[in-house]
Amino acid sequence: MHRLKFIALLAGLLLTAAAHAQQVQVIKLPELQKRLARPTDTTYVVNFWATWCGPCVKELPHFDKLTTTYKNQKVKVLLVSMDYASQLDKKVKPFVAKNALKSEVVLLNETDPNLYLAKIDPKWTGSLPFTLLLNNARRKRLTFEQEFTAEELQKQLQAFMQ
Amino acid sequence: MKKLLPFLASLLVLAFSSFIMLRPVAEAGYQVGDKAADFKLKNVDGKLMSLADNKAAKGYIVVFTCNTCPYAKAYEQRIIDLNTKYAPQGYPVVAINPNDPATVPGDSFAEMQKRAREKKYTFPYLQDETQQVARQYGATRTPHLYVLTRQGADFVVSYIGAIDDNSEDAKLVKTKYLENAMTELVAGKPASVSSTKAIGCTIKWKKA
Repeated sequence: MHRLKFIALLAGLLLTAAAHAQQVQVIKLPELQKRLARPTDTTYVVNFWATWCGPCVKELPHFDKLTTTYKNQKVKVLLVSMDYASQLDKKVKPFVAKNALKSEVVLLNETDPNLYLAKIDPKWTGSLPFTLLLNNARRKRLTFEQEFTAEELQKQLQAFMQ
Repeated sequence: MKKLLPFLASLLVLAFSSFIMLRPVAEAGYQVGDKAADFKLKNVDGKLMSLADNKAAKGYIVVFTCNTCPYAKAYEQRIIDLNTKYAPQGYPVVAINPNDPATVPGDSFAEMQKRAREKKYTFPYLQDETQQVARQYGATRTPHLYVLTRQGADFVVSYIGAIDDNSEDAKLVKTKYLENAMTELVAGKPASVSSTKAIGCTIKWKKA
């Protein structure tokens, strides 16, 4: 009997997790470029990460939190997973569900970084994590090839939006 | 003449300020064509190694790599194969681990020795304990490759970047960036594609 209750509880938990689970859209470079080129007065916080990247996983909650903190402002957090597309169901989706990420997550499905890195940003040498702050209407753009603490990220974003 | 003087002065200021602006670029590491400084780093066999040690080398394939990064692991066999192919042609591989073991215990010297033994590395695997060499080269990630060619008494950076265009699956590689460059360099010609980009793990720098 106890066992049944436990199974029911477990099933319930899993269902709740599934209901909260974010969609992870798999996109190619032109789609990402299109999104990064929208001429709106919205500040985009774009974080390139991967489930296998230790520093990325550590800083990801700081980025995701911005979606809640800046809910009433024109700020959009986009988390771009650089995991292999073959790892979507095995690694990326479980990660997104487990961490209950509230921001939009996409997976960039491209194989040759030599062809796409410079098209995302010429300054990006290829290490992860990588972060872009951009506002196309105000023609502002900043890049960071580094790991962030929550405070540093807040500070940079606030300065960027002023 | 009176008008010319301020003009000349402003030119001087301009020249000087552009000089200052160029400095950070130089500090960001080597570009293709730069002379590479020699180093003295500890190999997994306990001995110190320098580029000058191997008098027969026509150059080196220097790769910043590590034990722990999934991308470095994905390329490990391909790095071993590069040494098998290019050491006999005078361009041996030299692997350098720049990661701070205090941040990543899996990259300690003992773990490096273990990895080199287990995977039967046929090339030196050096620890960049002060991270000086990685900074000097401008390496940002693992793996990050630099091909050096001997020109007189110097080693000149002749290729920087990626091994190929598919990290996940060596069998699906279409363009072997490094090997294409090597074919030209071995023939004494400059590489037509001398700089490429790749994804990798950020080097774990020591906390300041």
